[in-house]
Order: sequence, then C-alpha cells, then structure tokens
Amino acid sequence: MGADVLDATFAALADPTRRAILARLARGEATVTELAAPFAMSQPAVSKHLKVLEHAGLISRGRDAQRRPCRLEAARLRSAMDWLADYRGYWEESYRRLDDLLGELNAANTGSTESTGNTGEPGQEETP
Amino acid sequence: MTAPRHDVEGLSVTAPSDTELVLSRTFAAPRALVFDAFTRPELLRRWHGARGWQLVVCEVDLRPGGAWRFVSRGPDGAEMGHGGVYVDVEAPGRLVQTEIYDGWEAGAALVTTVFDEHEGRTAMTATVRYPSREVRDSVLRTPMERGASQAYDRLAELLAETP
Repeated sequence: MGADVLDATFAALADPTRRAILARLARGEATVTELAAPFAMSQPAVSKHLKVLEHAGLISRGRDAQRRPCRLEAARLRSAMDWLADYRGYWEESYRRLDDLLGELNAANTGSTESTGNTGEPGQEETP
Repeated sequence: MTAPRHDVEGLSVTAPSDTELVLSRTFAAPRALVFDAFTRPELLRRWHGARGWQLVVCEVDLRPGGAWRFVSRGPDGAEMGHGGVYVDVEAPGRLVQTEIYDGWEAGAALVTTVFDEHEGRTAMTATVRYPSREVRDSVLRTPMERGASQAYDRLAELLAETP
C-alpha cells in the first residue's frame, strides 16, 4: 500500500462522521438519504463526506443515477488496518517481553524498597 | 483515565489524527518499575524490540535536555538508529522526549509517555506527534513492515469508536 493511498485512507478515517458512515455501510449498502437520516446533517454535507471516502477508495457508488447506493470497499479498509495492526503486533511482542521482565523485577522487589528511577533526583511522589 | 479493557486486549494503537499515534497498554507492575524499564539501558536491552530486532546501542541521559540514542540490529544485520532529547522527566509519572530516526529530514516527533498507577498496575499511554503524515507513515513501515495480519479486530475497534 503506497504512502499516498495510506494518507488518503487515514485522512478519511480521521473524521467521526465518516467512521460512522463506514460503520453503517459495514452492515450493507445504503443511499445518501438513508445515510443522512441518523445525523443532524444535510444531504449535501453527507455527500461531501462520501466524496472524501470515495476518493480514499473506502467506498464505491452504484451506477443507478437515482439512488447511487454506497457500499464499503472492505479491501482498502483492511489494508489500512493491517498496517496499523502490524505496528501494534511489533510493539505488543516487545511489551510481552517487558511483562516478563517486570514480573522478575516485581518478584525481586517484593519486601524491599521501591526503585524510583536512576536520575538521582528526588523524583515525584506517587499521587494518591 | 485508565481503560480496564487494555488488561485483556493488550496494546491498543489508535490514529486520532493525520499526524498522531496513541499507544496504550497496561502492565502488571507499579509505575516506578515500569518507568525504570523504559529509561534504564540495562533494562531496555532486555525487552525493547521484536521479530529479531534487538538494541545494540542504548544510551540514556535522563534529564531535561539530556540526549538518548538507540540503535537496533535486525534480521540480516540491518541496523536502525533513532534518538532525541528528553524534554521533561518526571519520574515515575511522565516522560516527554523528541524522537528522530536516522535518515529523517522532516524533523523530530514529540513523544509524551504517561504512566498512571492503579492498584499496583500501570497504564501507559504514549502519544506520538509526528511532524507530518509522511513521517508517521514511513516510521511505521520500517522495520516493522511485514505481511498482512489478522486485522479485523482493529477494524472493529476503530469503527466501534463511533457511537
């Protein structure tokens, strides 16, 4: 997935209304009228969001000139999510190693005084 | 505030804007220990990295204005370096640092890491603000780029953010 495509995808996903539209479309295709119904928003405003989503390849519009139903393009959305999930996977693996290390440190620390960093500064008291 | 569901879901990564990523995770240890694990080289070397990547250089001058530098070596001997300067050090609750990867020309990211302790557990939230979308996207692609993984749960989470 190219950087420009990811840019467009994430820019499109950054807006809560557009995410809500995608969530609705995940349940099946819908017309602009149907999509506008749950929002306190005019159809032209919803159409504007749909254009952004369409430009990002996240939705496609039907050919029927009257209805032009919108449908989710799941593959594009999945690519973006795979990309985030992979980053997450990398760090989650790291953090699992940290879990093990903290377990060891915790065990070694039991009964002794707490370690509070290596700055030599008084440090901040634990907030209650 | 801490989201308890992190206990079962592991790391949460969200992209709240074009230039930011937020990583959240809970650790089963007091925050003094977690803070140490994030800032002491002898501890960092023991956990930082995955999928064959390991810290080979880890220098930390933990004070405002102090520098940090990490170099990781990965599969096939590939190396990746990054570093920056600590902006704010409030052990064990908060750490603010700049971060720049070798080869970036677009400027540094600003990383704010907050450690909240509750009943002996620590919720870590790291907010990374990149200078541009391009930089955010490029750092995410290296060295972690791998084949596609199961990601429908991420999709579900993103969509679930919207009522």
